Amino acid sequence: MESDDEINSFHTSDDEGMDDPDSDLSNGEDSDVEDELEEYDGDDVGFESQEKIGKQQKKPYEVDFKVYSPEDIQRAQQRTVDEVKGVLQQSPEATAILLRSFRWNRDKLIDAYMERREAVLEQAGLGDEASSGAKIMTVPGFCCEICWDDSPEMQTFAMKCGHRFCVDCYKRYLTTKIKEEGEASRIRCPGDDCSRVVDSKSIDLLVSEDAHDRYLELLTRTYVDDLENLKWCPAPNCVYAVDCKIKPRDLPRIVPTVHCDCSHEFCFGCTLNDHQPAPCMLVRKWLKKCEDDSETANWISANTKECPRCHSTIEKNGGCNHMTCRKCRHEFCWMCMGVWSEHGTSWYNCNRYEERSGAEARDAQAKSRQSLERYLHYYNRYANHEQSAKLDKDIYIKTEKKMTQLQTTAGMSWIEVQFLEAASQALQQCRQTLKWTYAFAFYLARNNQTEIFEDNQKDLEFAVENLSEMFEKPVDQLAGLKVDMMDKTSYCNRRRIILLSDTAENLKNGNWEFNVDFDTPR
Amino acid sequence: MLATRRLQKELQKMHAQLAPGLTLVKAEDLTEWVLDMRVLDDNPLYTGKTFRLKFMFSQKYPIEPPEVIFVQDAEHTIPMHPHIYSNGIICLNILDKEAWSPAQNVESVCISLQSMLTGNDKNERPPGDEEFVRGNTRRPRDINFYFHDNAV
Repeated sequence: MESDDEINSFHTSDDEGMDDPDSDLSNGEDSDVEDELEEYDGDDVGFESQEKIGKQQKKPYEVDFKVYSPEDIQRAQQRTVDEVKGVLQQSPEATAILLRSFRWNRDKLIDAYMERREAVLEQAGLGDEASSGAKIMTVPGFCCEICWDDSPEMQTFAMKCGHRFCVDCYKRYLTTKIKEEGEASRIRCPGDDCSRVVDSKSIDLLVSEDAHDRYLELLTRTYVDDLENLKWCPAPNCVYAVDCKIKPRDLPRIVPTVHCDCSHEFCFGCTLNDHQPAPCMLVRKWLKKCEDDSETANWISANTKECPRCHSTIEKNGGCNHMTCRKCRHEFCWMCMGVWSEHGTSWYNCNRYEERSGAEARDAQAKSRQSLERYLHYYNRYANHEQSAKLDKDIYIKTEKKMTQLQTTAGMSWIEVQFLEAASQALQQCRQTLKWTYAFAFYLARNNQTEIFEDNQKDLEFAVENLSEMFEKPVDQLAGLKVDMMDKTSYCNRRRIILLSDTAENLKNGNWEFNVDFDTPR
Repeated sequence: MLATRRLQKELQKMHAQLAPGLTLVKAEDLTEWVLDMRVLDDNPLYTGKTFRLKFMFSQKYPIEPPEVIFVQDAEHTIPMHPHIYSNGIICLNILDKEAWSPAQNVESVCISLQSMLTGNDKNERPPGDEEFVRGNTRRPRDINFYFHDNAV
C-alpha cells in the first residue's frame, strides 16, 4: 500500500540544487527515466494522497534517486571512458587509469591533461607513452627475478616500464594483489621501486577469469567510492548503489531518504537508517548525546550539585553543610547554595532560604536539572519507539502467521488478508518516523511552527497506538475488523505523510529554529 | 612450490657469494633463516657490533614479503634506530605488502637494512616504543605501520 510512494520517489520535478549539470553517472540513463515519467507531470497538482494508482506528485520530503546494479555501474564507467578517450587520444585502458587518478572528474582531468600532459601521465603511473603494446613473449637468456628461473621456453611479460617477469610469476603477483589484498586501480608493477600502475589490458591478458571478475568488482567499487553522487547501499550483502544528487551542503535543508531495491531505506547523506524528519547534523548530535548521557548522567543528576562558582560537580558524601570547593576554594552552603560568609553565626544550620545569592545559585541548579529532565522526556519517547521498532520483526512474523490462519479459519483468500501486512508495514514505518520526531523536538526552539509540529506528532502517535492496539486482537476477531483496520492503516500513513511534508517544507525554507548550533557539513 | 624453489636458489647463491658484512648463520629449512649483519662504515652507533636478523617466510614468498626482525641474545643487541623497536620489530616500508616488490630477496633486504643503519645518526627508539613493546603480542605481518617518515 504505502509502497506506491516508493515507486514514484524519483520524479522529474527539480528541486533546488539537484539539477547540477556535472552529474557523472548516467546522463544518458537519466533521460530514459525522465521520459517515462514526463507524462505524470502537471496533471496531479493538489492531488490528495490516494493510494489508488501511481499518479502522485513527489512529496516535499522525497528526493530523486536511482538504484544501480553492478552491471549499470560497469556500463556507466565504460561510457565515461568512451567519451573521454577520444579527447585525450588515449587507449581505453590508459583513459580508465587517468580517470581513476582524477576520481572520475572528467573536466578536471581534461583540463589538467591539456595543460600538463607529461605530469598527469607520470602521476597516474603511465609515464612516457601510455599506449600499451605489451604482449606475452619468450626472451632468449631471460631469468625471472621473482622465481629466479631461466628456462629458455619461459613465457614472459613486461609493461612499458620494461620490468620483465615470467608470466606465471606475474599472474601470481596480480592474483594475490586482487584476491587477497583487494587492490585494483593502484596495483603497481612488481619491479623494485617501479611506480607504474598495471593497466586493465595487462590484467585481462594475465589473470584467470575469477580473479578478473573480482578485479572488475573492485574497480566498480572504487568508481562508486570516488563519486560524490553515488553510495553503496549499507545493507549487508546488498550489491546495489544509489545515485542521488544531494550534496553535503544541502543536508541542513533536506533529509535525503532513499529506498534501495533490496528494500533497505537509508539516508543518502549519512548512510544511517532512515531518520526523517530529523536532518543529519541533528541526528549525529543526538546519537552522540545519547551515548554520553547514559546512566552516569542520571546518577550525577540525582546525587551531586555544582559549585556555584566554578561549576565543578561535587558529591557530598557526609559531613556538614559548609562546603569548600576543592578546585576553586569557594565556600558555600550545601543546603541553600549561597555564599558561606553570609551565613554569619548560624553555623551548620542553614536558615537563610530567602537570601538572594542562594536563590540565584538554586536557580542555576534548577535550570540544569530541568534541562536534564527535558532531555529524559524526549529520550524516553525516542527509546520507546526504537524499542517498538526492534519488535517489528516479531510483529511481522506474527502477522504472517495470522495471515495464514485467517486464510484457513475464515476462508479468506490470500489477497483478502494482505491488509494485515499493510498494517504491519505502516506501523513499522510510522514508529521509525515518530522516534526521530522526538530527537527533532529536543533541539527545536519554540516558534510559530512548533505547535503545528507537536499537533502533527500527537496525531500520528495517536493513530499509531490505535492501530497497534488493534493488531494485538485475537485472530478470530481480525476478519471482522478488516475494514476498520484498513481505514486506520491508511489514516496512519496519511498522518505520517502530513507530518513529514510539513517538517520537510519548513526545513527547506529555513523556518525551524534550533536551540543549538549544528556543525556545518564538510 | 614457488617459495621452495625460489628459496633453494637464493640459498645456493648465498652459499656461493654474499654481500660484504653479511653471514648466513642458519638455514636448515625453508621457513626460517638467521643471518648476521655488520655495518660497513664507521658509524659510531654501530661500529664493531654484529646484529642478528631472523627471516620468516610464508608459502607466498616472494609474492608476499618475509617477516624480518632483529634478534636479541647473549651476544647480540637490537640496534638503536628511530624505526627499530626495542623488541626487534622493524618499521621499514619495503617489508610491508604495499611497498614490497617480489623482485626483492633476502640479500637485498639485508642490504636495505644495512643502509638504513648507515644513514642514521639518532641514538633513539621510535616514539611510543615502551608502550608498543609492552602491549605488542602481534607478529610484524599483522601490524599496520604508518610510514610517516621515509627519510630516516
